[in-house]
Amino acid sequence: MKILVPVKRVIDYNVKARVKADGSGVDLTNVKMSMNPFDEIAVEEAIRLKEAGTAEEIVAVSIGVAQAQETIRTALAMGADRGILVQTDVAVEPLGVAKLLKAIVEEEGADLVILGKQAIDDDSNQTGQMLAALLGWAQGTFASKVELGDGKVQVTREVDGGLETLTLKLPAVITTDLRLNEPRYASLPNIMKAKKKPIDTKAPEDYGVDVAPRLETVSVAEPPKRAGGVKVEDVAQLVDKLKNEARVI
Amino acid sequence: MSILVVAEHDNAVLQPATLAAVAAAKEIAAKGGGDIHLLVAGAGCGAVGEAAAKVDGVVKVIVVDDAGLAHNLAEALAPAVVDLAGDYDYLLAPATTAGKNLMPRVAALLDVQQISDIMAVEAGDTFVRPIYAGNALATVKSTDAKKVITVRTTAFDAVAADGGSAEVETRSGSYGQELSSFVGQELSKSERPELTSARVVISGGRGIGSAENFAILNGIADKLGAAIGASRAAVDAGYMPNDYQVGQTGKVVAPELYIAVGISGAIQHLAGMKDSKVIVAINKDEEAPIFQIADYGLVADLFKAIPALEEELNKVL
Repeated sequence: MKILVPVKRVIDYNVKARVKADGSGVDLTNVKMSMNPFDEIAVEEAIRLKEAGTAEEIVAVSIGVAQAQETIRTALAMGADRGILVQTDVAVEPLGVAKLLKAIVEEEGADLVILGKQAIDDDSNQTGQMLAALLGWAQGTFASKVELGDGKVQVTREVDGGLETLTLKLPAVITTDLRLNEPRYASLPNIMKAKKKPIDTKAPEDYGVDVAPRLETVSVAEPPKRAGGVKVEDVAQLVDKLKNEARVI
Repeated sequence: MSILVVAEHDNAVLQPATLAAVAAAKEIAAKGGGDIHLLVAGAGCGAVGEAAAKVDGVVKVIVVDDAGLAHNLAEALAPAVVDLAGDYDYLLAPATTAGKNLMPRVAALLDVQQISDIMAVEAGDTFVRPIYAGNALATVKSTDAKKVITVRTTAFDAVAADGGSAEVETRSGSYGQELSSFVGQELSKSERPELTSARVVISGGRGIGSAENFAILNGIADKLGAAIGASRAAVDAGYMPNDYQVGQTGKVVAPELYIAVGISGAIQHLAGMKDSKVIVAINKDEEAPIFQIADYGLVADLFKAIPALEEELNKVL
């Protein structure tokens, strides 16, 4: 089985995004960038399937600027076998990403795609579902458990009311939720080894995909700030404030 | 010009999230969007169709009843929505796990770039949505002829569940499919209000220390009629099930009163609760970031403060 793992380069999980003064977007200059945390979980899951002998090859794919190559290297250092970078300076939207991934899945003959349920920059939560739609495949979104069987995969999903388990026919698309696994750290020898693993660089045109955005960003603003609150001395004062000042109890 | 809202239900009950999506549809309608229709797709879901017909602002309910739609599987449901899509300019669903699972599949089949999690309607083609864990609000204008949208339910005041009298049209269809099948579910059972619509939420973090210790919140939750939530750290540590998680990637809540207990206030947690009307934080670390957004902060050991708070509430309420 060949597994495709799309990975996105995003603002680091621990960095608070700052809106640019001109309201045109979020300021990413000199901001630490990392692999989208949900995609790390996807890479980890693919590696575990390979270690279990179920998967033969893991291909990490990223779509974005030249530096997205570093994100692919991270996946390679964790244990992916090779990478494909679809290089573009366009901020490709989920639909465009899904179209590119479809083309790559078909070219590679992948049997399973595992990716994060959402990226922590645009918080769209769309790409996996869109890719499954375009391929005509089943989708197992928000997965907290994945069990591969013969020609099928059982996926436990995190849903609003609790957990739900589905059986999907393979090939399929799986999107990861937080509890699926705990991603490993790449060891130094593996980081060194990853430098020799191949990365193909492509362009959206190579796949005949139009990635022009469909959504125009009119403006980006800071959310309304909460007025600074007060510290209370004890629970009696807290209850008094809630009852008589805020009037919420 | 008209708007189709995909109703969320379990074949028996219409879920309240639908009412918030209809509220967003009403704002779109007020900006030229046209009539609002509600789609109830399921199996044996006639009662939901009847309930849907009473929802304020809905002109027509379309019930698509087919065994293949019994379990809300996106592989079956998406074609059912797409079959109707030709008649509509807008397709909406609440941004619940069901809506998030379904709508991008619908959007891709229609070659539309979805607009996720809208918080406001600026114009018929322009919407506000949170990005970067809600640390920025983007106003985006869609150039697609058809709009596919999910709605942040806490950002719109739910319409009334009754008072309307929409016509109900039942359509047949065959949506059985081979791709996926339902195996089972484990739903959390709770007598407490639902987390995303509760008036009061009390959430615990890693500071609670264990699954057993979470019971310390029960007394206050009982007293205030609150839902119980948890931070990602507490869920990851196995203290509480996933469906209790409040945050960027969990549930977004905006109650009248949010009480954060033993929660430090990571960016992704704040993303899920910072629109609450009044925020109380109880934490022994006075440097915890949660205090920066709390209206009332109490620096205290939660194991002393919570029983004391419960006692105090019993005195005054």
